[in-house]
Amino acid sequence: MTPLNLKPDEQVDSYFDSNLAKRYWFDRVFVSTAFICTLVGLVILALLLFDVCKDGLPRLSIDFLTHYPSRRAGQAGILSPLVGTIWLLVITALVAIPIGVGAGIFLEEFAASSLLAKVIEVNIGNLAAVPSIIYGLLALHVFVRLMNPITGGRSVLSGGLTLALLVLPIIIVATREALRAVPEGIRQAGYAIGTTRWQVVRDQVLPIAFPGILTGTILALSRAIGETAPLITIGALTFIAFLPPLVPLTEGLRSPFTALPIQIYNWVSRPQEAFQIAAAAGIIVLMAVLITMNATAVYLRNWLQRTRN
Amino acid sequence: MSKVGHSERWKPKRSLSRWSERAIKFIFGAFALISIATTLGIILSLVFETIEFFQEVPIGRFLTDTEWTPLFANPKYGIFVLISATFLTSVIALLVAIPVGLMTAIYLSEHASQQTRRYLKPALEVLAGVPTVVYGYFALLFVTPILQIVIPGLEVFNALSAGLIMGIAILPTVASLSEDAIYAVPQSLRQGAYALGATKQETIQNVVLPAALSGIVASVILAIARAVGETMIVTIAAGQNPRLTLDPRLSVQTMTAFIVQVSLGDAPTASLEYKTIFAVGMTLFLITLILNMVSFWFVNRFREKYD
Repeated sequence: MTPLNLKPDEQVDSYFDSNLAKRYWFDRVFVSTAFICTLVGLVILALLLFDVCKDGLPRLSIDFLTHYPSRRAGQAGILSPLVGTIWLLVITALVAIPIGVGAGIFLEEFAASSLLAKVIEVNIGNLAAVPSIIYGLLALHVFVRLMNPITGGRSVLSGGLTLALLVLPIIIVATREALRAVPEGIRQAGYAIGTTRWQVVRDQVLPIAFPGILTGTILALSRAIGETAPLITIGALTFIAFLPPLVPLTEGLRSPFTALPIQIYNWVSRPQEAFQIAAAAGIIVLMAVLITMNATAVYLRNWLQRTRN
Repeated sequence: MSKVGHSERWKPKRSLSRWSERAIKFIFGAFALISIATTLGIILSLVFETIEFFQEVPIGRFLTDTEWTPLFANPKYGIFVLISATFLTSVIALLVAIPVGLMTAIYLSEHASQQTRRYLKPALEVLAGVPTVVYGYFALLFVTPILQIVIPGLEVFNALSAGLIMGIAILPTVASLSEDAIYAVPQSLRQGAYALGATKQETIQNVVLPAALSGIVASVILAIARAVGETMIVTIAAGQNPRLTLDPRLSVQTMTAFIVQVSLGDAPTASLEYKTIFAVGMTLFLITLILNMVSFWFVNRFREKYD
């Protein structure tokens, strides 16, 4: 595909610059620039991880994981934030997965190409651009204020519901994509032997789409546990020296809470260096959880692609 | 002895499956409506509290005051003070994210080998998955001290460092959505350009990018919305100092940072502070709504279809 090296003559439009050496040189500069730009993100990522590990690794210990936050930086741990994050993760998953997957099934299998499906599609596109702090304001008004008798106000349940709303669009989109990838013939075969739509979905389509849905869901949940702003807006506390009780569960759900990103923010915003080191150690724990979740999702996706082919 | 026909022997209970079919459809339909309810809920709760806010603070003062001091004894509510800070940090972020993100997208889809792509794309996904509070830490405690060596007069909290790192945070948004758009341009268009004697760079600039324009613009607009609504990086690294300035060396307070500041103070519901964050949130929501509409219009107007 090498361009022809024509000798310039009067026939050639004067606007056409056939100086190949210069053009090829410019081409190489362009590729190099593009390559360097690609590296920018990766270099910053490496610097970030290095900086956090350098500051935080020496601070990391079993004590750090099993102690409550403290006003003395040297003794501060992340027990209550870590447990709070796990509570949030479980509540978010229990609320967002059934609703998100159900909505995805409805839009793709029961109402595909209906007006409702189109309206919801546009709506989900809009929600993707809404800042997460706005979800926090919605939750402050609805979960904390209006539903106060049920949620207990600024509680871990309110937090979990907020994050569930936030990741719902992601789970719906992932479910729809996974369902769309299932060959139409499988559905037709099901209908041909007299099964209903739901039976086809339940017994044939869902099992095939399951790994794809799972991957999308894990990515959505990992996004949820890194969120800080909406939790601050609904009033997550930064200093909590107790864990929400598991029994009775209603009391646990309605108790005040903190979470890893909240605690990290609190420590970062303090002027003392010892707290900032604790923040770095907290970041390592948070990133370890996130990378584990992401790696699981990527592994599942690759495994899925391999078994399909 | 008459033979029993199939139809008499096999009588499945259709009524049960028909009932469960209807129930499932109803329940899942209700789930699907939750996403619409979310949008309505956002609009209603913002509008409701904002109206209450404007009953106490005239809208004229909200739009024309040049000071933002709602927590002072003599409160002033000049929203443009916060908007100027959001504008400043967002512009800095976009100056990083758009060129770097776009070049990354071009490299990934036009130049990188399959092997390279397989490593680069997950790395970009990790970059996209880093929580913003972590970027805030990095901006405040790593980037700012370095910048302070180079730039005299740079405050500890400053718009520059927050904006730069926010640019890195939204870079994957631009890169991955633009790459999808560029990748979708049919190969035949490129072949045509090569056949006319264009170099690769000329092909990309004159053929591929214009063909992918609507997707690229959509990704850029989403990135603008992300930058405007970004909260933790600017709260941590740009500070809490509301002032009307476009000097990136100074500490400023964005709209989102103000909402965080009030939320941390545990403002009682129905107080004026409480309503103030909804008025600020409403402003933020309207900005992202306008961006959405521009994006929607642009994509519909300029989408190139190749079948």
